[in-house]
Amino acid sequence: MLTSESLARIDREIAKYPADQRQSAVMAALAIAQEQQGWLSSEAIESVANYLGMEPIAAYEVASFYNMYDLKPVGKYKVSVCTNLPCMLSGGVDAGDYLKKKLGIGYNETTPDGLITLKEGECMGACGDAPVMIVNNRRMCSWMQPEQIDKLLAELK
Amino acid sequence: MAILGALNPMLSVGLDGDNAWRLADYVKRGGYTALRRILEEKLPQGDVINEVKKSVLRGRGGAGFPTGLKWSFMPRSFPGDKYVVCNSDEGEPGTFKDRDILRYNPHSVIEGMAIAAYAMGAARGYNYIHGEVWEIYQRFEEALDEARAAGFLGSDLLGSGFNFDLFAHHGYGAYICGEETALLESIEGKKGQPRFKPPFPASFGLYGKPTTINNTETFASIPYIINLGGETYLEAGKANNGGTKLFSVSGHVNRPGNYEIPLGTPFATLLEMAGGMRGGRQLKACIPGGSSAPVVPAAAMMDCTMDYDSISKAGSMLGSGAVIVMDETTCMVKALERLSFFYYEESCGQCTPCREGTSWLYKVVHRIEHGKGRPDDLDLLSSVTTNIMGRTICALGDAASMPVQSFIKHFRDEFAYHIEHRKCLVPVDVQRAGSGFFTATV
Amino acid sequence: MEIEIDGKVAHVPDGSTIMDAAQQLGAYIPHFCYHKKLSIAANCRMCLVQVEKAPKPLPACATPVTNGMRVFTHSELAVKAQKGVMEFLLINHPLDCPICDQGGECQLQDLAVGYGGSASRFHEDKRVVFHKDVGPLISMQEMARCIHCTRCVRFGQEIAGVMELGMASRNMHSEITTFVGRSVDSELSGNMIDLCPVGALTSKPFRYSARSWELSRRKSISPHDSIGANLTAQVKNNVVLRILPRDNEDINECWISDKERFSYEALNSPARLRKPMVRVDGALREVDWNVALDYVSHALKDVVSNSGAESLAALASPQATLEELYLLQKLTRGLGSGNIDFRPRRRDFSADSKLGGVPWLGLKLSEIKDLDAAVVVGSFLRKDHPLFAQRLRQLAKKWGKVSLLSVSGDDPLIKLHAQVTVSPAELPLALAAVVKAVAQLKGEAVPAGLEAVKPCPTSESIARSLLEGNKRAIFLGNAAEQNPHAAQLHALASELARLTGASCGFIGEAANSVGGYVAKAFPTALNAYEMFAQPRKAYILLGVEPELDCHHPQQAVAALKGAALVVSLTSFSDGAARDYADVLLPIAPFTETSGSFVNTEGRLQSFNGVVRPLGDSRPAWKVLRVLGNLLGLPGFDQDSSEQVRDEIVPAGEGFVDGLNNSINGVPLSLPAAVGFLQRVADVPIYFADPLARRAPALQKTHDAVAPTARMGGQTLQALGLTDGATVRVWQASGEAVLTVRVDEAVPAACLRIAAAHVSTAALGDMFSAINVERA
Ligand SMILES: Cc1cc2nc3c(=O)[nH]c(=O)nc-3n(C[C@H](O)[C@H](O)[C@H](O)COP(=O)(O)O)c2cc1C
Ligand code: SF4
Ligand code: FES
Repeated sequence: MLTSESLARIDREIAKYPADQRQSAVMAALAIAQEQQGWLSSEAIESVANYLGMEPIAAYEVASFYNMYDLKPVGKYKVSVCTNLPCMLSGGVDAGDYLKKKLGIGYNETTPDGLITLKEGECMGACGDAPVMIVNNRRMCSWMQPEQIDKLLAELK
Repeated sequence: MAILGALNPMLSVGLDGDNAWRLADYVKRGGYTALRRILEEKLPQGDVINEVKKSVLRGRGGAGFPTGLKWSFMPRSFPGDKYVVCNSDEGEPGTFKDRDILRYNPHSVIEGMAIAAYAMGAARGYNYIHGEVWEIYQRFEEALDEARAAGFLGSDLLGSGFNFDLFAHHGYGAYICGEETALLESIEGKKGQPRFKPPFPASFGLYGKPTTINNTETFASIPYIINLGGETYLEAGKANNGGTKLFSVSGHVNRPGNYEIPLGTPFATLLEMAGGMRGGRQLKACIPGGSSAPVVPAAAMMDCTMDYDSISKAGSMLGSGAVIVMDETTCMVKALERLSFFYYEESCGQCTPCREGTSWLYKVVHRIEHGKGRPDDLDLLSSVTTNIMGRTICALGDAASMPVQSFIKHFRDEFAYHIEHRKCLVPVDVQRAGSGFFTATV
Repeated sequence: MEIEIDGKVAHVPDGSTIMDAAQQLGAYIPHFCYHKKLSIAANCRMCLVQVEKAPKPLPACATPVTNGMRVFTHSELAVKAQKGVMEFLLINHPLDCPICDQGGECQLQDLAVGYGGSASRFHEDKRVVFHKDVGPLISMQEMARCIHCTRCVRFGQEIAGVMELGMASRNMHSEITTFVGRSVDSELSGNMIDLCPVGALTSKPFRYSARSWELSRRKSISPHDSIGANLTAQVKNNVVLRILPRDNEDINECWISDKERFSYEALNSPARLRKPMVRVDGALREVDWNVALDYVSHALKDVVSNSGAESLAALASPQATLEELYLLQKLTRGLGSGNIDFRPRRRDFSADSKLGGVPWLGLKLSEIKDLDAAVVVGSFLRKDHPLFAQRLRQLAKKWGKVSLLSVSGDDPLIKLHAQVTVSPAELPLALAAVVKAVAQLKGEAVPAGLEAVKPCPTSESIARSLLEGNKRAIFLGNAAEQNPHAAQLHALASELARLTGASCGFIGEAANSVGGYVAKAFPTALNAYEMFAQPRKAYILLGVEPELDCHHPQQAVAALKGAALVVSLTSFSDGAARDYADVLLPIAPFTETSGSFVNTEGRLQSFNGVVRPLGDSRPAWKVLRVLGNLLGLPGFDQDSSEQVRDEIVPAGEGFVDGLNNSINGVPLSLPAAVGFLQRVADVPIYFADPLARRAPALQKTHDAVAPTARMGGQTLQALGLTDGATVRVWQASGEAVLTVRVDEAVPAACLRIAAAHVSTAALGDMFSAINVERA
């Protein structure tokens, strides 16, 4: 189920840890599997577990514990908005509301065209740049005033 | 530029250019001279630790534990592997300094860790980087490659016979992994659930081996301490509060961002550096050390200097140096509701008081905020917090309780008003204006 | 270390916790997550106590004792902390004890009485947790009751050796679950039910069949394997409704296997034989006991006088009690026949006359934890001996080097030092390689007969493990005892023991594998194999079902069908005995009779019946005694099973005499290879005995799926077969039609086809040549 490209990336992660500690690469491996598939199906979790020589339930514990893993399908773009207090003071909640209105969906929902899933995130470690949001766990967007949000949405197609 | 302002800076000196993070730039700024000197002079390990002790550097991750002392806990003659681990998980709401250190000055962390590894006899290290800052993680990986290629990492560092390799581990969204033993569990490929201590990481850490964990900023300060000498570093701050520190200022100020100032600098000065209050409004309260620290009302805050002792005297904690500034447009109930949600969400779920207690706290504050408060709710909240505090495996239980206690203590009237009138003392449109977000109608 | 708890002083070793010290003093500290056999989680926080000079209450289960420590378990601070935790545990817990299956035996309920508040201050909605289906044994219907102590998770990781349950998610949404939709399959899984302090994990077969306070608790001993696990049978209205472990640190610790826990369902099976039956005009008819016994005694006398005593043979199950085995051999010998045996699954009896004494484990079970190295030869460890395997698992986790030389590469879930997997015919060779490696390492002469053996690096590493440390052991498992070269394996293991100073012994197949020898139920004429290979006129069967329990069932059934008289003492009416038996005598299973088992370490354990015999069943020792009387034989006048036992073993002895694993006069020689394809027959755990076979819940588990023809990929290719193909397999004139499954754990050129199942009962020897072709 994992492509050879994914496996090669996972191997690079495994190499960071002592030889008898393959399990240490599970977070990275799950992230790579999620990138490949768009989300983490139980088959994907199981392949990762088998590849690293751990019990599937142990990999599932990890996948369900860290909140950047998606155990259900999400839209092509997952936009997570930080609404924690420091961001809230500088418009984080407002930015979320703005997005909800523009997309016509609430948090944890996906636009009918399957393009965008909206998530409420926790502190992203970028409170000085509020409002902040992250696209697909990777791209951090700072100072997201309405104008910047409009630009972002125009770009996500 | 990265660090928006600084007084008497060290860490943030010379970080203006786009390539400040590159090895070449770092070396030009005097980087890796500390490591090189230690290796070339074969400085005894004890001397390195002593220099750090002299600096009175206190951990920048939140607890403020003296770093030199921590290093001296590592067993000297241990037959197996030992590890140094950097905590860049930075998930404490309000804190965003480690991100900038890694973004603009990653080699200072690498050098600091290499020095630490030398001092404690560790051959391997990991830097655990917050999940949400992918670009920073990628950049750090690149910096590691540079350092490895230049012989600052790997085997036989600069021909000294000393081996140290360092790897980056990317988090994936769990605040609790900032707690050092949860972080170790996470590196081991498990859920980030804190371990019961004792045993402490110095005797049973990563993979069961002796391990020292420090914050990013702590490690980044090490090269400067070695270069300047511990005493000079100490003098940059004030007694018992050595050196300079980065403060992440967020909330209702004109220029949120990171500021490096000597410990002991007045809060007023910091506030001024951050451009003062947004829209010229009045300061209502400030959380001076990250969301887990007790809130301090305006008047008391204005009397503080930014150091461990002064903030502690004001009934709070310097913590990670995250200064969350709130002006008069802030509804304290709503602010607390959001914080309580955070701790409820981020509890790892293993210990009873935290798992059950944080959800109870949140549900009650949520009810109050939504006009369903009961007259005895405030007593209930205090009682629940006392049942959590000091009874959990890690400090998240305390971290969840302190905001609740301090918000109610200092703003009891506002909470009581909410319960009685089923609405906020601060009108909703006033609150909205505070955020400065352009509320367009779509 | 000296510690004072509530004013009482204890002395404990360094590294002890406050909880350890409290237990030593008999002081009770409330707790949920703590369990003496599991790692410390310290997550429930119920055990918070006050420690002098500590600013906060500390968890007793995890806090190490320091010298001079003073602890207060009932101080205001401690009780306040404990009550606080109890309140947290209860806010989301359903408060419906009256309808909870755990009601009356719930630790939360018990403690809530002492530590819970009266009125709830929690006005929010309670947590909702969805139920899970994890198979036929454990119910996870009521997961909202879970208090997240993680005992079940730790049990899987640490004791069962396989993590099947985990705590997924985080915060108050944490929940115990298997990996998406999977069942819990460990052969030790039922222990999680006992470990669960609340009603979250419950027994599916038992659920809602009784309230705990309606049950009386009676002691018993497990008949299922050679460990002799101590049991508590819970009884209501003369019916066994539940079997639980009874703590015995020297034997089963606090565990039992699922086979021991759930086989009780067969005791209440509609297939129980309730009345004696005699074949009249070709059909079995119910008759009264006196009619049946009269018939049997006359028929036996007829056979003996018409055809000679040697035309009679008796075969007993090794699960029969010591007293039953003893009286059966006495009766058989009284009639003049030496054709008596209790080892139906054996093939090679050539060691019988060469034994130094009663074969046994070679050491005490409780000594396993102190071994430096152990080598197991020929065993499907987990499935043959779940608790014995568990002890080795713990040993391997500490320091012991455990190696396995066997006929299948199944994962024993033990951190093995080395594993060698060969065909049954090559097993002696593999063991010989270790023997030779030891001799070479010690610079001693290579034992005669092993000149041609070439040790490989693995055998050398096993050899080295046996030469290090002070305490080492060699264990011969079921597949070694049942091997056609069992005597060779025994001789080789003895030689290895001699060379290394290790102990050598047999794990033993069943509850009385040692007891059968003590009762002298072994042959002086034809053995369990020969008595069918050379058909007899009359057979007495005691608790055995030869069609499933014999090494060569096809041959056994043919002989039984051809016999003039077959008397089966059995608890069940639904076996193949319906076809071949002339008399069925309903005997009481272990819960309905008194008796004794001698476990593998030679420990004599006597027990009483826990319920009255069902229907007209009678304890078999009584039946045999009356038969002895009717036959006019001397020495059949015992009034109780105790009197019978005292005839065998001196009263008051805890362990039997004469245990000795030496073997003399079996020269070492290596067997020739078998033709291309050899059968490897395991005895699947839930087909292994008449009770397990009839326990409905066990029969729904993964371990009870019907046998397939398993082989490695290379064998598959060589045979031109494909995975999933239907094949016809045959040995002699019997055949079976099975599905092919690729299984790389099967040694090359072998076909693994389980024994003890109706679908394979027509086949022949467990470990000989077999043929296969596409069906
Ligand atoms: C809930 C919790 C979260 C924490 N988060 C962080 C964090 O994000 N970064 C950090 O450096 N330390 C964090 N800490 C503190 C660490 O456990 C640890 O004390 C610190 O990394 C030690 O480094 P220092 O001595 O250099 O400060 C956290 C502690 C707790 C209890
Ligand atoms: S206090 Fe909370 S976060 Fe910390 S270990 Fe306990 S449950 Fe986990
Ligand atoms: S028994 Fe000590 S914390 Fe659970």
